[in-house]
Amino acid sequence: MWKWIHKFGSPRSFYEISENYLPWLSGVALSTIVLGSVWGLLFVPGDYQQGDTVRIMYMHVPASILAQSSYLMMATAAAIFLIWRIKLADVAVQAMAPIGASITLLALITGSIWGKPMWGTWWVWDARLTSTLVLFFLFVGIMALRSAMENRESAGRATAILAVIGVINLPIIKFSVDWWNTLHQPASFTLSEKPAMPVEMWLPLLVMVIGFYLFFFTVLIMRMQAEILRREYRSDWVLQRVKQNVVG
Amino acid sequence: MWLVKQMQFESLAEFIQMGGHGAFVFSVYIISAVVLIVNVILPLRQKRRFFADQAERQKRVMREQS
Repeated sequence: MWKWIHKFGSPRSFYEISENYLPWLSGVALSTIVLGSVWGLLFVPGDYQQGDTVRIMYMHVPASILAQSSYLMMATAAAIFLIWRIKLADVAVQAMAPIGASITLLALITGSIWGKPMWGTWWVWDARLTSTLVLFFLFVGIMALRSAMENRESAGRATAILAVIGVINLPIIKFSVDWWNTLHQPASFTLSEKPAMPVEMWLPLLVMVIGFYLFFFTVLIMRMQAEILRREYRSDWVLQRVKQNVVG
Repeated sequence: MWLVKQMQFESLAEFIQMGGHGAFVFSVYIISAVVLIVNVILPLRQKRRFFADQAERQKRVMREQS
């Protein structure tokens, strides 16, 4: 198994293997998101309380779920880098931070736009919203910390440590709706219980959540590939590719 | 497709109105599309620029050698 990790964990083989899967992955991601969006916009019945604003859910909920789990994935990669010094894990941390930041921002913006017609306000300083804002600042802080440090090795370690410490925020977001009084409704989607909405509403939501995850892995691979090239620009296999690229 | 019984809107105008919340619903979908597209464009540009820069660098090295 260690041999396998060593092989796949090398930036070069990651680049070469992921290159084969990327067109498929991106194609499936795009079609899933288009399917989910059309479904959510045109075919889902309006909610009896929220009317057509419920269609905002098909962007807001997937973005929010992905915002949190992308942080968890980033922190996992950071821990792997700290423990086993696998360089590819550091590349993954670096690539996930800006994607996570943008998705968290999307969750905040779409939530705010949904809040205005439903709650009558764009923003409240309650636990769910504030802890999600903290999540956004964590992502941005991790990006800033890396760009502030000259040495790649120590920048990698410092950002990895910050990423791991920031995991404390995740249970706070998760349980904020139970621990404190908040305008935000509790999760209507859990792994253990039946969804609190009819199938014609949650099925397209599930499609969108899957689409957002596929999208995340697509852009993650794209970013990791670009970063691997940048880090290994002197190695033979990259030089070879540059030559091919000039000819082709 | 038993699930997709029918479209929820009678006309395009009704679709755009979204029961009076069109501005909220469509701004969410437009902003989401922009965020997703930017996420795709940035690494594509980064990669393209890398190959352009490196090709330039290789040419320079070859010129200096000859």
